[in-house]
Amino acid sequence: MVTLEQVARPRPSGGVELSVWEVAATVVDPEVPVLTIEDLGVLRSVYVTDEGIVVQITPTYSGCPAVDAIRDDIATAVTAAGHGPVRVEVVLAPAWTTDWMSESGRTKLEAYGIAAPGPRRTDGVISLDLGVRCPNCGSLHTRESSHFGSTSCKALYVCQRCQEPFDYFKAH
Amino acid sequence: MSHTANRTISTAITAERIAEAGAVAPEAVANYALALGDDALVLAQRLGEWIAHAPELEEDVALGNIALDQLGHARNFLTYAGSAWGKTEDDLAYCRGESEFRNRQLFEQPNGDFAVTIARQFIASVYFDSLYRKLATSADPTLAAIAAKAAKEVDYHLDHSVQWLLRLGLGTEVSRERMQRGLDTVWPFVGELFSADPHAEGLEGIAVDPRTLQEHFDSVAPRLIANAGLTMPNTPAARGGGREGHHSESMGLLLAEMQVLARAHPGAQW
Repeated sequence: MVTLEQVARPRPSGGVELSVWEVAATVVDPEVPVLTIEDLGVLRSVYVTDEGIVVQITPTYSGCPAVDAIRDDIATAVTAAGHGPVRVEVVLAPAWTTDWMSESGRTKLEAYGIAAPGPRRTDGVISLDLGVRCPNCGSLHTRESSHFGSTSCKALYVCQRCQEPFDYFKAH
Repeated sequence: MSHTANRTISTAITAERIAEAGAVAPEAVANYALALGDDALVLAQRLGEWIAHAPELEEDVALGNIALDQLGHARNFLTYAGSAWGKTEDDLAYCRGESEFRNRQLFEQPNGDFAVTIARQFIASVYFDSLYRKLATSADPTLAAIAAKAAKEVDYHLDHSVQWLLRLGLGTEVSRERMQRGLDTVWPFVGELFSADPHAEGLEGIAVDPRTLQEHFDSVAPRLIANAGLTMPNTPAARGGGREGHHSESMGLLLAEMQVLARAHPGAQW
Protein backbone atom coordinates (compact mmCIF):
# COMPACT_ATOMS: atom_id res chain seq x y z
CA MET A 1 0.00 0.00 0.00
CA VAL A 2 1.29 3.42 -0.93
CA THR A 3 0.93 5.71 2.05
CA LEU A 4 0.38 9.45 1.95
CA GLU A 5 3.83 9.89 3.44
CA GLN A 6 5.43 8.01 0.53
CA VAL A 7 3.59 10.11 -2.04
CA ALA A 8 4.41 13.27 -0.15
CA ARG A 9 8.14 12.61 0.19
CA PRO A 10 9.33 10.05 -2.33
CA ARG A 11 12.82 10.05 -0.83
CA PRO A 12 15.31 7.87 -2.78
CA SER A 13 16.59 4.84 -0.85
CA GLY A 14 20.27 5.34 -1.58
CA GLY A 15 23.03 6.06 -4.06
CA VAL A 16 23.80 9.39 -5.66
CA GLU A 17 20.06 10.06 -5.86
CA LEU A 18 19.84 10.14 -2.06
CA SER A 19 22.95 12.32 -1.76
CA VAL A 20 21.50 14.86 -4.21
CA TRP A 21 18.09 14.65 -2.53
CA GLU A 22 19.63 15.53 0.83
CA VAL A 23 21.33 18.58 -0.66
CA ALA A 24 18.19 19.70 -2.54
CA ALA A 25 16.15 19.13 0.61
CA THR A 26 18.04 21.93 2.37
CA VAL A 27 16.64 24.54 -0.03
CA VAL A 28 14.00 26.69 1.65
CA ASP A 29 10.89 28.34 0.29
CA PRO A 30 11.85 32.00 -0.29
CA GLU A 31 8.40 33.16 0.87
CA VAL A 32 8.30 30.99 4.01
CA PRO A 33 11.99 30.55 4.85
CA VAL A 34 11.40 28.22 7.82
CA LEU A 35 10.13 25.50 5.50
CA THR A 36 12.36 23.41 3.27
CA ILE A 37 11.04 22.24 -0.06
CA GLU A 38 11.05 18.75 1.44
CA ASP A 39 8.84 19.90 4.34
CA LEU A 40 6.43 21.37 1.78
CA GLY A 41 6.33 18.27 -0.40
CA VAL A 42 7.56 20.39 -3.31
CA LEU A 43 10.63 18.18 -3.84
CA ARG A 44 9.41 15.25 -5.92
CA SER A 45 12.25 13.10 -7.20
CA VAL A 46 15.89 12.82 -8.17
CA TYR A 47 17.12 10.71 -11.05
CA VAL A 48 20.26 10.28 -13.08
CA THR A 49 20.51 10.60 -16.87
CA ASP A 50 23.46 10.45 -19.27
CA GLU A 51 23.57 14.25 -19.24
CA GLY A 52 23.58 14.55 -15.47
CA ILE A 53 21.30 14.78 -12.49
CA VAL A 54 17.65 15.77 -12.77
CA VAL A 55 15.74 17.11 -9.76
CA GLN A 56 11.97 17.32 -10.05
CA ILE A 57 9.87 19.81 -8.13
CA THR A 58 6.18 20.68 -8.26
CA PRO A 59 4.71 24.15 -7.75
CA THR A 60 2.37 24.77 -4.84
CA TYR A 61 0.09 26.93 -7.04
CA SER A 62 0.05 27.24 -10.85
CA GLY A 63 1.25 30.83 -10.72
CA CYS A 64 3.63 30.58 -7.77
CA PRO A 65 6.53 32.93 -8.55
CA ALA A 66 8.76 31.26 -5.94
CA VAL A 67 9.33 28.36 -8.34
CA ASP A 68 12.00 30.29 -10.24
CA ALA A 69 13.97 31.09 -7.10
CA ILE A 70 13.64 27.53 -5.83
CA ARG A 71 14.89 26.16 -9.13
CA ASP A 72 17.95 28.43 -9.09
CA ASP A 73 18.67 27.60 -5.43
CA ILE A 74 18.57 23.85 -6.11
CA ALA A 75 20.94 24.16 -9.05
CA THR A 76 23.35 26.25 -6.95
CA ALA A 77 23.23 23.93 -3.94
CA VAL A 78 23.60 20.69 -5.90
CA THR A 79 26.43 22.07 -8.04
CA ALA A 80 28.24 23.43 -4.98
CA ALA A 81 28.05 19.96 -3.43
CA GLY A 82 29.90 18.58 -6.45
CA HIS A 83 26.98 16.80 -8.09
CA GLY A 84 26.63 19.03 -11.18
CA PRO A 85 25.55 19.40 -13.89
CA VAL A 86 21.99 19.43 -12.67
CA ARG A 87 18.72 20.24 -14.38
CA VAL A 88 15.58 21.11 -12.43
CA GLU A 89 12.27 20.05 -13.92
CA VAL A 90 8.89 21.36 -12.87
CA VAL A 91 6.15 18.74 -12.96
CA LEU A 92 2.43 19.36 -12.46
CA ALA A 93 1.05 15.92 -11.71
CA PRO A 94 0.11 14.74 -9.22
CA ALA A 95 -1.11 18.17 -8.13
CA TRP A 96 0.48 19.46 -4.92
CA THR A 97 -1.56 19.43 -1.74
CA THR A 98 -0.96 20.71 1.79
CA ASP A 99 -1.58 17.13 2.94
CA TRP A 100 2.02 16.57 1.83
CA MET A 101 3.40 18.99 4.43
CA SER A 102 5.56 17.17 6.97
CA GLU A 103 4.85 17.16 10.70
CA SER A 104 8.12 18.98 11.36
CA GLY A 105 7.08 21.51 8.73
CA ARG A 106 3.80 22.12 10.53
CA THR A 107 5.60 22.60 13.83
CA LYS A 108 8.13 25.02 12.31
CA LEU A 109 5.33 26.95 10.60
CA GLU A 110 3.45 27.43 13.89
CA ALA A 111 6.62 28.55 15.66
CA TYR A 112 7.18 31.07 12.85
CA GLY A 113 3.73 32.56 13.50
CA ILE A 114 1.82 31.03 10.58
CA ALA A 115 -1.12 28.73 11.36
CA ALA A 116 -0.57 25.33 9.73
CA PRO A 117 -3.09 23.97 7.24
CA GLY A 118 -5.88 21.76 8.49
CA PRO A 119 -7.20 18.73 6.61
CA ARG A 120 -8.36 19.46 3.10
CA ARG A 121 -11.97 20.38 2.52
CA THR A 122 -13.64 17.66 0.52
CA ASP A 123 -16.58 17.91 -1.84
CA GLY A 124 -19.95 17.90 -0.19
CA VAL A 125 -23.25 19.66 0.08
CA ILE A 126 -21.97 21.96 2.79
CA SER A 127 -18.34 22.91 3.00
CA LEU A 128 -17.16 23.17 6.57
CA ASP A 129 -13.71 24.20 7.69
CA LEU A 130 -12.22 23.34 11.05
CA GLY A 131 -11.36 26.21 13.34
CA VAL A 132 -7.96 27.77 12.80
CA ARG A 133 -5.78 27.98 15.90
CA CYS A 134 -4.02 31.25 16.64
CA PRO A 135 -0.25 30.59 16.47
CA ASN A 136 0.29 33.37 19.01
CA CYS A 137 -2.00 32.41 21.92
CA GLY A 138 -3.45 29.07 20.83
CA SER A 139 -7.07 30.20 20.86
CA LEU A 140 -9.53 28.70 18.38
CA HIS A 141 -11.60 31.86 18.65
CA THR A 142 -10.32 33.30 15.35
CA ARG A 143 -11.89 34.63 12.20
CA GLU A 144 -10.86 34.98 8.59
CA SER A 145 -10.22 38.61 7.70
CA SER A 146 -9.30 37.91 4.08
CA HIS A 147 -9.75 34.88 1.88
CA PHE A 148 -6.39 35.65 0.30
CA GLY A 149 -3.06 36.73 1.76
CA SER A 150 0.47 37.85 1.05
CA THR A 151 1.18 34.78 -1.13
CA SER A 152 -1.00 32.32 -3.04
CA CYS A 153 -0.73 29.76 -0.25
CA LYS A 154 -1.99 31.94 2.60
CA ALA A 155 -5.13 33.61 3.96
CA LEU A 156 -5.36 36.34 6.59
CA TYR A 157 -6.87 35.67 10.00
CA VAL A 158 -7.27 37.61 13.17
CA CYS A 159 -7.44 36.21 16.70
CA GLN A 160 -10.49 37.34 18.65
CA ARG A 161 -8.80 36.62 21.97
CA CYS A 162 -5.33 38.17 21.67
CA GLN A 163 -6.34 40.45 18.77
CA GLU A 164 -3.26 39.43 16.82
CA PRO A 165 -3.60 39.23 13.02
CA PHE A 166 -1.84 36.22 11.53
CA ASP A 167 -1.28 34.27 8.31
CA TYR A 168 -2.97 30.93 7.79
CA PHE A 169 -1.43 28.44 5.38
CA LYS A 170 -4.56 27.47 3.43
CA ALA A 171 -5.57 23.82 3.23
CA HIS A 172 -5.27 23.07 -0.46
CA MET B 1 3.27 37.72 -18.20
CA SER B 2 5.05 38.48 -14.97
CA HIS B 3 8.58 39.76 -14.87
CA THR B 4 9.74 36.26 -14.01
CA ALA B 5 8.41 34.86 -17.29
CA ASN B 6 11.52 35.71 -19.26
CA ARG B 7 13.78 33.77 -16.98
CA THR B 8 11.75 30.61 -17.39
CA ILE B 9 11.74 30.45 -21.17
CA SER B 10 14.47 27.85 -21.42
CA THR B 11 13.07 25.63 -18.70
CA ALA B 12 9.37 26.21 -18.87
CA ILE B 13 6.87 24.11 -17.02
CA THR B 14 6.18 20.64 -18.41
CA ALA B 15 6.98 21.47 -22.01
CA GLU B 16 10.64 20.69 -21.65
CA ARG B 17 9.97 17.13 -20.64
CA ILE B 18 7.59 16.76 -23.53
CA ALA B 19 10.05 18.27 -25.99
CA GLU B 20 12.84 16.18 -24.53
CA ALA B 21 10.89 12.99 -25.07
CA GLY B 22 10.41 14.05 -28.68
CA ALA B 23 6.68 14.46 -28.15
CA VAL B 24 5.39 17.94 -28.75
CA ALA B 25 1.74 18.91 -28.54
CA PRO B 26 0.00 17.67 -31.68
CA GLU B 27 -1.12 20.60 -33.86
CA ALA B 28 -4.81 20.23 -33.07
CA VAL B 29 -4.19 19.93 -29.32
CA ALA B 30 -1.92 22.98 -29.44
CA ASN B 31 -4.66 25.01 -31.11
CA TYR B 32 -7.08 24.00 -28.38
CA ALA B 33 -4.56 24.69 -25.60
CA LEU B 34 -3.90 28.14 -27.07
CA ALA B 35 -7.60 28.99 -26.90
CA LEU B 36 -7.79 27.96 -23.24
CA GLY B 37 -4.57 29.81 -22.50
CA ASP B 38 -5.94 32.99 -24.07
CA ASP B 39 -9.07 32.82 -21.89
CA ALA B 40 -6.95 32.62 -18.74
CA LEU B 41 -4.39 35.18 -19.87
CA VAL B 42 -6.88 37.87 -20.85
CA LEU B 43 -8.86 37.44 -17.64
CA ALA B 44 -5.63 37.62 -15.60
CA GLN B 45 -4.71 40.86 -17.36
CA ARG B 46 -8.12 42.36 -16.59
CA LEU B 47 -7.97 41.31 -12.92
CA GLY B 48 -4.48 42.75 -12.64
CA GLU B 49 -5.89 46.18 -13.48
CA TRP B 50 -7.52 46.17 -10.05
CA ILE B 51 -4.21 46.11 -8.22
CA ALA B 52 -3.99 49.29 -6.11
CA HIS B 53 -7.56 50.22 -7.16
CA ALA B 54 -9.79 47.71 -5.34
CA PRO B 55 -12.39 49.04 -2.87
CA GLU B 56 -10.50 47.62 0.10
CA LEU B 57 -7.03 46.25 0.75
CA GLU B 58 -8.24 42.67 1.23
CA GLU B 59 -9.89 42.71 -2.19
CA ASP B 60 -6.81 44.18 -3.77
CA VAL B 61 -4.94 41.16 -2.46
CA ALA B 62 -7.73 38.75 -3.44
CA LEU B 63 -8.08 39.92 -7.04
CA GLY B 64 -4.30 39.98 -7.40
CA ASN B 65 -4.07 36.42 -6.12
CA ILE B 66 -6.80 35.19 -8.45
CA ALA B 67 -5.06 36.94 -11.34
CA LEU B 68 -1.82 35.19 -10.40
CA ASP B 69 -3.51 31.77 -10.46
CA GLN B 70 -5.10 32.56 -13.82
CA LEU B 71 -1.74 33.70 -15.15
CA GLY B 72 -0.28 30.38 -14.00
CA HIS B 73 -2.94 28.49 -15.95
CA ALA B 74 -2.25 30.68 -18.99
CA ARG B 75 1.48 30.08 -18.80
CA ASN B 76 0.99 26.33 -18.65
CA PHE B 77 -1.41 26.25 -21.59
CA LEU B 78 0.63 28.65 -23.72
CA THR B 79 3.88 26.84 -23.02
CA TYR B 80 2.30 23.57 -24.03
CA ALA B 81 0.71 25.08 -27.15
CA GLY B 82 4.01 26.68 -28.11
CA SER B 83 5.80 23.33 -28.01
CA ALA B 84 4.03 22.46 -31.27
CA TRP B 85 5.40 25.50 -33.07
CA GLY B 86 8.77 26.10 -31.42
CA LYS B 87 7.37 29.16 -29.65
CA THR B 88 7.62 30.25 -26.04
CA GLU B 89 4.79 31.44 -23.82
CA ASP B 90 6.12 34.97 -24.28
CA ASP B 91 6.13 34.70 -28.09
CA LEU B 92 2.47 33.75 -27.93
CA ALA B 93 1.46 36.32 -25.32
CA TYR B 94 3.30 39.31 -26.69
CA CYS B 95 3.71 38.77 -30.42
CA ARG B 96 0.20 38.07 -31.66
CA GLY B 97 -2.28 40.64 -32.83
CA GLU B 98 -5.86 41.05 -31.69
CA SER B 99 -7.39 38.82 -34.38
CA GLU B 100 -5.01 36.01 -33.42
CA PHE B 101 -6.29 35.91 -29.84
CA ARG B 102 -8.95 33.26 -29.35
CA ASN B 103 -10.37 34.13 -25.95
CA ARG B 104 -14.10 34.18 -25.42
CA GLN B 105 -15.30 37.78 -25.21
CA LEU B 106 -16.46 37.54 -21.59
CA PHE B 107 -12.86 37.56 -20.38
CA GLU B 108 -11.90 40.79 -22.16
CA GLN B 109 -14.89 42.76 -20.85
CA PRO B 110 -13.84 45.89 -18.95
CA ASN B 111 -13.77 45.66 -15.17
CA GLY B 112 -16.56 48.19 -14.67
CA ASP B 113 -17.28 48.71 -10.99
CA PHE B 114 -16.50 46.04 -8.39
CA ALA B 115 -19.89 44.38 -8.95
CA VAL B 116 -19.26 43.98 -12.69
CA THR B 117 -15.92 42.34 -11.91
CA ILE B 118 -17.55 40.02 -9.37
CA ALA B 119 -20.30 39.10 -11.85
CA ARG B 120 -17.72 38.32 -14.52
CA GLN B 121 -15.61 36.34 -12.05
CA PHE B 122 -18.63 34.42 -10.78
CA ILE B 123 -19.58 33.31 -14.31
CA ALA B 124 -15.95 32.59 -15.18
CA SER B 125 -15.43 30.52 -12.04
CA VAL B 126 -18.54 28.38 -12.53
CA TYR B 127 -17.43 27.79 -16.12
CA PHE B 128 -13.75 27.07 -15.34
CA ASP B 129 -14.73 24.83 -12.43
CA SER B 130 -16.73 22.48 -14.64
CA LEU B 131 -14.31 22.78 -17.59
CA TYR B 132 -11.18 21.92 -15.64
CA ARG B 133 -12.78 19.10 -13.69
CA LYS B 134 -13.74 17.50 -16.98
CA LEU B 135 -10.47 18.29 -18.72
CA ALA B 136 -8.61 16.64 -15.81
CA THR B 137 -9.75 13.31 -17.31
CA SER B 138 -8.45 14.21 -20.79
CA ALA B 139 -6.59 11.53 -22.74
CA ASP B 140 -3.83 14.12 -23.23
CA PRO B 141 -1.73 13.82 -20.06
CA THR B 142 -0.40 17.39 -20.15
CA LEU B 143 -3.84 18.97 -20.55
CA ALA B 144 -5.07 16.69 -17.77
CA ALA B 145 -2.25 17.72 -15.43
CA ILE B 146 -2.71 21.45 -16.06
CA ALA B 147 -6.47 21.13 -15.55
CA ALA B 148 -6.28 19.00 -12.40
CA LYS B 149 -4.10 21.61 -10.76
CA ALA B 150 -6.18 24.53 -12.01
CA ALA B 151 -9.42 22.94 -10.79
CA LYS B 152 -8.23 23.06 -7.19
CA GLU B 153 -7.45 26.75 -7.48
CA VAL B 154 -10.64 27.69 -9.29
CA ASP B 155 -12.65 26.05 -6.52
CA TYR B 156 -11.35 28.76 -4.19
CA HIS B 157 -12.04 31.54 -6.72
CA LEU B 158 -15.61 30.34 -7.02
CA ASP B 159 -16.02 30.49 -3.25
CA HIS B 160 -14.73 34.08 -3.28
CA SER B 161 -17.09 35.31 -5.99
CA VAL B 162 -20.13 33.51 -4.55
CA GLN B 163 -19.52 35.10 -1.16
CA TRP B 164 -19.46 38.54 -2.78
CA LEU B 165 -22.49 37.77 -4.94
CA LEU B 166 -24.45 36.94 -1.79
CA ARG B 167 -23.07 39.80 0.25
CA LEU B 168 -23.79 42.44 -2.37
CA GLY B 169 -27.11 40.91 -3.46
CA LEU B 170 -28.38 40.69 0.12
CA GLY B 171 -26.71 43.88 1.30
CA THR B 172 -28.06 47.39 0.94
CA GLU B 173 -30.42 48.65 -1.73
CA VAL B 174 -27.47 50.24 -3.51
CA SER B 175 -25.29 47.12 -3.41
CA ARG B 176 -28.18 44.97 -4.62
CA GLU B 177 -28.94 47.32 -7.48
CA ARG B 178 -25.29 47.47 -8.54
CA MET B 179 -24.81 43.70 -8.30
CA GLN B 180 -27.87 43.24 -10.50
CA ARG B 181 -26.48 45.75 -12.97
CA GLY B 182 -23.17 43.88 -12.90
CA LEU B 183 -24.86 40.63 -13.87
CA ASP B 184 -26.90 42.38 -16.56
CA THR B 185 -23.73 43.92 -18.00
CA VAL B 186 -21.80 40.71 -18.51
CA TRP B 187 -24.69 38.32 -19.17
CA PRO B 188 -24.69 38.88 -22.97
CA PHE B 189 -21.35 37.04 -23.04
CA VAL B 190 -22.51 33.93 -21.18
CA GLY B 191 -23.98 32.20 -24.22
CA GLU B 192 -20.70 32.29 -26.11
CA LEU B 193 -18.96 30.32 -23.36
CA PHE B 194 -21.15 27.33 -24.04
CA SER B 195 -21.25 27.53 -27.81
CA ALA B 196 -19.27 25.12 -29.98
CA ASP B 197 -15.51 25.57 -29.91
CA PRO B 198 -13.97 25.13 -33.37
CA HIS B 199 -10.64 24.27 -31.74
CA ALA B 200 -12.18 21.41 -29.76
CA GLU B 201 -13.58 19.71 -32.82
CA GLY B 202 -12.08 16.35 -33.73
CA LEU B 203 -10.50 16.06 -30.28
CA GLU B 204 -12.95 13.71 -28.66
CA GLY B 205 -11.66 12.42 -25.34
CA ILE B 206 -8.94 15.10 -25.36
CA ALA B 207 -10.79 18.42 -25.45
CA VAL B 208 -14.00 19.32 -23.65
CA ASP B 209 -16.95 20.29 -25.85
CA PRO B 210 -18.16 23.46 -24.08
CA ARG B 211 -21.77 22.67 -25.02
CA THR B 212 -21.61 19.82 -22.49
CA LEU B 213 -20.90 22.34 -19.71
CA GLN B 214 -24.14 24.28 -20.16
CA GLU B 215 -26.15 21.90 -18.02
CA HIS B 216 -23.84 22.36 -15.05
CA PHE B 217 -23.98 26.13 -15.39
CA ASP B 218 -27.77 26.09 -15.58
CA SER B 219 -27.99 23.96 -12.46
CA VAL B 220 -25.68 26.19 -10.42
CA ALA B 221 -25.81 29.83 -11.54
CA PRO B 222 -29.57 30.54 -11.45
CA ARG B 223 -29.88 29.00 -7.99
CA LEU B 224 -27.04 31.10 -6.57
CA ILE B 225 -28.38 34.24 -8.25
CA ALA B 226 -31.79 33.56 -6.68
CA ASN B 227 -30.16 32.90 -3.29
CA ALA B 228 -28.57 36.33 -3.56
CA GLY B 229 -32.00 37.87 -4.02
CA LEU B 230 -31.20 38.82 -7.60
CA THR B 231 -33.03 38.09 -10.81
CA MET B 232 -31.74 36.23 -13.84
CA PRO B 233 -30.70 38.79 -16.44
CA ASN B 234 -32.78 39.02 -19.55
CA THR B 235 -30.23 40.79 -21.72
CA PRO B 236 -29.81 39.69 -25.35
CA ALA B 237 -26.76 37.67 -26.32
CA ALA B 238 -23.73 39.36 -27.83
CA ARG B 239 -22.47 38.33 -31.24
CA GLY B 240 -19.62 36.20 -29.89
CA GLY B 241 -16.86 34.87 -32.11
CA GLY B 242 -13.90 35.21 -29.74
CA ARG B 243 -12.60 31.78 -30.70
CA GLU B 244 -12.46 32.98 -34.34
CA GLY B 245 -10.54 36.11 -33.38
CA HIS B 246 -13.49 38.52 -33.25
CA HIS B 247 -13.27 40.79 -30.23
CA SER B 248 -15.04 43.70 -28.65
CA GLU B 249 -13.78 47.24 -28.74
CA SER B 250 -11.92 47.12 -25.45
CA MET B 251 -9.67 44.22 -26.48
CA GLY B 252 -7.21 46.35 -28.43
CA LEU B 253 -6.50 48.59 -25.47
CA LEU B 254 -6.01 45.59 -23.19
CA LEU B 255 -3.46 44.06 -25.55
CA ALA B 256 -1.69 47.37 -26.08
CA GLU B 257 -1.11 47.71 -22.36
CA MET B 258 -0.08 44.06 -21.98
CA GLN B 259 2.29 43.99 -24.95
CA VAL B 260 3.79 47.46 -25.20
CA LEU B 261 6.89 46.84 -23.10
CA ALA B 262 7.79 43.52 -24.70
CA ARG B 263 7.34 44.99 -28.18
CA ALA B 264 9.29 48.17 -27.46
CA HIS B 265 12.22 46.13 -26.16
CA PRO B 266 12.18 42.76 -27.95
CA GLY B 267 14.05 40.06 -26.08
CA ALA B 268 14.68 42.28 -23.05
CA GLN B 269 15.39 40.47 -19.81
CA TRP B 270 14.93 41.65 -16.23
